[in-house]
Amino acid sequence: MAMATPSGSGQPGATGAMVDEQVDGDGVRRRDFISIAAVSTAGVGGAMVLIPLISQMAPSKDVLAQATTELDISSLLPGQAIKAVFRKQPLFVRNLTPQEIAEAAAVPISSLRDPQSLAERTKEGHANILVTMGVCTHLGCVPLGVAEGENKGEYNGYFCPCHGSHYDTAGRIRKGPAPTNLLVPDYEFTSDTTLVIG
Amino acid sequence: MSFPWARAYQPKAPLMRYLDEKLPLPRFVYNAVGAGYPVPRNLNYMWNFGVLAGFCLMLQIVTGVVLAMHYAPNALVAFDSVEHIMRDVNWGWMMRYVHANGASFFFLVIYIHIFRGLFYSSYKAPREMIWLIGVVIFLLLMATAFMGYVLPWGQMSYWGAQVITGLFSAIPMVGEPLQIWILGGFAPDNAALNRFFSLHFLLPFVIAGAVILHIWALHIPGSSNPTGVEVKAESDTVPFHPYYTAKDGFGLGIFLLLLMTFVFFLPNALGHPDNYIEANRLATPAEIVPEWYFWPFYAILRAFTFDFILPAKLWGVLAMFASILLWFFLPWLDRSPVRSGHYRPLFRKFFWFGLIPAMAILFWAGGAPAEEPYVMLSQIATAYYFLHFLVFLPLISWIEQPEPLPYSITEAVLGEDKKAVLGENTAPAT
Repeated sequence: MAMATPSGSGQPGATGAMVDEQVDGDGVRRRDFISIAAVSTAGVGGAMVLIPLISQMAPSKDVLAQATTELDISSLLPGQAIKAVFRKQPLFVRNLTPQEIAEAAAVPISSLRDPQSLAERTKEGHANILVTMGVCTHLGCVPLGVAEGENKGEYNGYFCPCHGSHYDTAGRIRKGPAPTNLLVPDYEFTSDTTLVIG
Repeated sequence: MSFPWARAYQPKAPLMRYLDEKLPLPRFVYNAVGAGYPVPRNLNYMWNFGVLAGFCLMLQIVTGVVLAMHYAPNALVAFDSVEHIMRDVNWGWMMRYVHANGASFFFLVIYIHIFRGLFYSSYKAPREMIWLIGVVIFLLLMATAFMGYVLPWGQMSYWGAQVITGLFSAIPMVGEPLQIWILGGFAPDNAALNRFFSLHFLLPFVIAGAVILHIWALHIPGSSNPTGVEVKAESDTVPFHPYYTAKDGFGLGIFLLLLMTFVFFLPNALGHPDNYIEANRLATPAEIVPEWYFWPFYAILRAFTFDFILPAKLWGVLAMFASILLWFFLPWLDRSPVRSGHYRPLFRKFFWFGLIPAMAILFWAGGAPAEEPYVMLSQIATAYYFLHFLVFLPLISWIEQPEPLPYSITEAVLGEDKKAVLGENTAPAT
C-alpha cells in the first residue's frame, strides 16, 4: 500500500515506502493518523462554513431593530378598531363594547379549540382593549373586521377570507382551519392611552 | 449505451475530424439526439413532450436572463421596475409576456409528459431512475415557478409568498423559526424578495443539470413506446434524426402557435388581475388563488378542515407534499409486468374513470373559493387520489388479466414480424 508520496528523505521509491509502512502491533501506520487528522480537520472546517451560510438568511439587524412600536389609542371609541404595523405585520387594536365583552364571556372556555378567556387575552384594568396580531394563524392572511362594513364572520369578531376562519370578539378561533387564536403580542400600557408593543 | 445497430459518428470535414479528436462534443450530440440514437419506430405524439419541455426550459432561461437585465429586486422599486419593463424597455412587454405565459405552458407540457408516463407506465423497470429524476425536476420546477411569481411584488405575489412560506409554520416545534429564516424577517419583505430573485435565477440551471441526468438515464435503456414491448431488433427502431427531429419539429410548431396566441392576444388570461396592484401588507386580496398549475395541490391543502390527532393545518401540508412525494414510490407500487395501459383492461378503467376525473376535480376546486360544494368535492377527489396510488394500483396489478401483447414493435406496426412467424421466440415478451 505504498503511496507515491515523497517520504521524509525526499526519495520516492522502495526506501521511502518501507519507512511509511513501519507497522506497530495493531497494523496501524503513522500515515493513517495523518490521513484521519487531515480529513477530519478539513471536514470540521468545511462544516463550519455552513454557519455563516445558514445564518445570513436569518433576519438582519435592521429588521430586528423594528421590534417595538408605540401607539396612541386615545381616539379609539368603544366599538371601533384600528390597524397598525408591528414588525412589518398588521396589528389589530379593538375597543370592545360591553355587549362584545359579554358575548366573549358567555362562551364556555372548554368548548374552544384554543381555550383562553378574554381576561387572559387583555391587560388588567383594560379588559375592553383587545390587542392582537392581524395575522390569521392558518396561513398568514389579514382577517377582515377592522374597518366598518367589513365581514366580521359568524362570531362578530374577525373573518379571514383566504380559507374561511372565523374569530370571535376576543379574537379566538371558533370555526375554520386556523389552529390557534389570533396571537396577542407582548405589550404594555405606559399610560392610560399609550401602548408599547414588543 | 445504445443498441448495437446504432449508427456510428463518422465526421468527413477535416475541421469536424479535428474537433472529434480534441473535444468530441459533436459526437456526443450525434449519439444523444442525432442519427446515432435509435428510437422505437411507433412513438405517437405523446412522445413529443419531453423535447417540448426542454424547449420551454431554454425559452424561460433566455427570456428570464433578459428580464433580469431590467428588473430590480428591491421591495421599494420591484413593482415599478416590472412596469418599466412593460412600458419603456424595447420589446420588454414581449419578453415578460413570453416569460409569464411560457411558465404556464411549461407546466402544461410537463403535465402532459407526466400523464404520458402514468398511462404508459414509463416509470417501470428498467426506467425507474428516469422517473425519479423527473419527479425531482418537477419539484424544482414548482419551487422556481413559485419564487418567480413573487418577483413582480403585486398583491398575489406578496400574499402567495405569505401563504406558501406559512406552510412551513405548520411543522411542529421548528415551523415558525423556519418560516422566519426562509423569509429573513417576520413577514415577506426586501430580504425575501432578494433571496427569491437569487434562487429564481439559480434554479433553472440546476434544472438544466437534472435534465441532462434525466436524458442520460433515458439513453441507457432507450425510449419506451406505446406498446410497452421492448425493442428486439433493428427493424423496431428508426434513427432519432431525421425521423423524430422532424416529428418533434412539427409538434414544436403547433406548440409555438398556441403559446404565441396567448402572448399576443390573451397575455393576461392565465394571470390574476390583483397582481397588477402593488403589494400591500395591510390588506389581503378577497380571495388568494395560486397560478392555475398549482390548483390541484392547493385543493389537497385545503381539503383538510378537521383536526384528527394532528391539527388540520398540518394534515393539509403533509397531504400536499405527500401527493407528489408518493410518485417516488410509483415504480414499486405498480407491480404489473405489462407497461402500456392499452393492454391493461382494469388499469384503464381506473385510470380514465378514477384518476383523471379526480385530477380534473382537484384542478377545478383548487381555483374555486374555499366554500361548499368545492371543499367536499376536493375531499372526495383527494381521498380517491391517494387510494388510487396506494391501494388500487397495487391491487389491480395483482388481479388483472392483461390482454395479449404483440410479439414486437415491428409486428404492432406492420401486422407481422418475420422473426415471429419463423418462431424464433414464440413466447410473448414484455
